[in-house]
Amino acid sequence: MPSLLANKWTKVPIFLLCLAPLGFLVWRTLTGNLGANPVEFIQHATGDWTLRFLVFTLCITPLRKILKLPELIRFRRMLGLFAFFYACLHFLTYLGPDQSFDLKAIWKDVAKRPFVTVGFTAFVLLIPLALTSTAGWIRRLGGRRWQMLHRAIYISAICGVIHYYWLVKSAVLRPLTYGAIVAALLLWRLGDWFIRRGRTITAAPKTQRAPVNT
Amino acid sequence: MLIQRKSELTYADVTPKDLYFNRRKFLKSMGLAGAAAFAGKNLLDLLSPSQKVYAGAKFSNLIKSPFSTTEKVNSFEDVTHYNNFYEFGIDKDQPAKNAQKFRTSPWAVSVEGEVKTKRKFTMDEILKLAPLEERIYRHRCVEGWSIVVPWIGFSFNVLAKLVEPTPKAQFVAFESYWDLGQMPKARPELAGIEFPYVEGLRMDEAMHPLTLLCVGMYDDNLPNQDGAPVRMVIPWKYGFKGIKSIVKIKFVAKEPPTTWNLANSHEYGFYSNVNPNVDHPRWSQAKERRLGEIFRRNTLMFNGYQDQVASLYTGMDLKKYY
Repeated sequence: MPSLLANKWTKVPIFLLCLAPLGFLVWRTLTGNLGANPVEFIQHATGDWTLRFLVFTLCITPLRKILKLPELIRFRRMLGLFAFFYACLHFLTYLGPDQSFDLKAIWKDVAKRPFVTVGFTAFVLLIPLALTSTAGWIRRLGGRRWQMLHRAIYISAICGVIHYYWLVKSAVLRPLTYGAIVAALLLWRLGDWFIRRGRTITAAPKTQRAPVNT
Repeated sequence: MLIQRKSELTYADVTPKDLYFNRRKFLKSMGLAGAAAFAGKNLLDLLSPSQKVYAGAKFSNLIKSPFSTTEKVNSFEDVTHYNNFYEFGIDKDQPAKNAQKFRTSPWAVSVEGEVKTKRKFTMDEILKLAPLEERIYRHRCVEGWSIVVPWIGFSFNVLAKLVEPTPKAQFVAFESYWDLGQMPKARPELAGIEFPYVEGLRMDEAMHPLTLLCVGMYDDNLPNQDGAPVRMVIPWKYGFKGIKSIVKIKFVAKEPPTTWNLANSHEYGFYSNVNPNVDHPRWSQAKERRLGEIFRRNTLMFNGYQDQVASLYTGMDLKKYY
């Protein structure tokens, strides 16, 4: 398994798999299978896939540690960028068919409607992450700062779930399911952080005794 | 090609049923589907023709109502495969699938409350209460989409006058059929609303000639997923006010509870008149997407029935009584 994950060709099928939802939408568009409200169909599908790819991205770190498969890190950037990709498509359906590219109306809508505000926030937060996803930017920012910045995905995912929750009329089961998954993934990180902090504290006295700055 | 609607045409005349139901195959075989994708806006028209093609034609000699709009009617396919009927699932494509086996015969509607003659009507009796009319109404959902539907029925006031409401009757309460055996999805924890579905109208709203007791659409009975065998259609109100599969009508003195108001009184009022100036707390009601169109169009006050119904609400603050 680790050797398969480390193989440079493994990224190709994963990449194609990530494109499958888009392919599915294109195919349904061409065959006229988008239902009575095609715009809404595309809007919901791209929104759903944005949330799913955010969840997939957030799964990588816990899975690496739990399954002891550090190679999984190779796929994190791709999954995150696909989340951004589907978010862009989702945002476009809002800009065009929903708002007819009327920037003034869009700005008013974003400011006035909490569900649009959180959705917009979730999207905007992903932009710097996508821009700084290259190796060059990790170097420029330094690993620590880069990591700090990229924790914005936590907020983006939370905002995405709230966006969905506020959108539905009464059937909250699906948004709550996403909420539970995102909560579990973030709580795991919190637990992991506490454990690591505990270890550093117990390990700390040793390093402190070592002569520094002399 | 524009097919002009003429009164002597029936829905069966427009497109042969076989061709209609195989239209996608037909299009694909013509290699048009791909080409249509580049035709932009026309794609939707090509793939969901607006012609009315219901070939059952159970009802003939329908009276053409002067209340009908001349706007383009949505396709039978779209209207019957994209609608809310939470008893049969919360997604708009689910009622068409899950209501297939719904038994609508025998059926009776019990009329009770503040009336001189309480009685039960069988479906056969209801169908004979008045000459059936075709009424092509705009239908605006609270979610922001709209359709144009050729409903069949007669003014609700025909039935109301027959049972002679007493002066105490100030409101009419309606109740839908509810049976978990036939509607396994009709549970509050799945749907987020209580069952049975209940709705209500003020007496003057119920007696307004536009208020339709509806028994069919597209020249035939109501399909199960659209509220068979009998439902209400109140064209100037949001769609959810048009209660489906009615089993009980009760004339009452006080404003009756209504399902969406019970679920969320902050968002869904008793009146729920279509009003572009009063937003849903979470989204704007200023615009709507007509099925078959890509961009949103402006929503009209009282869904375009302002001339007929605005007088019902004179002096009322419609922001307060939403």
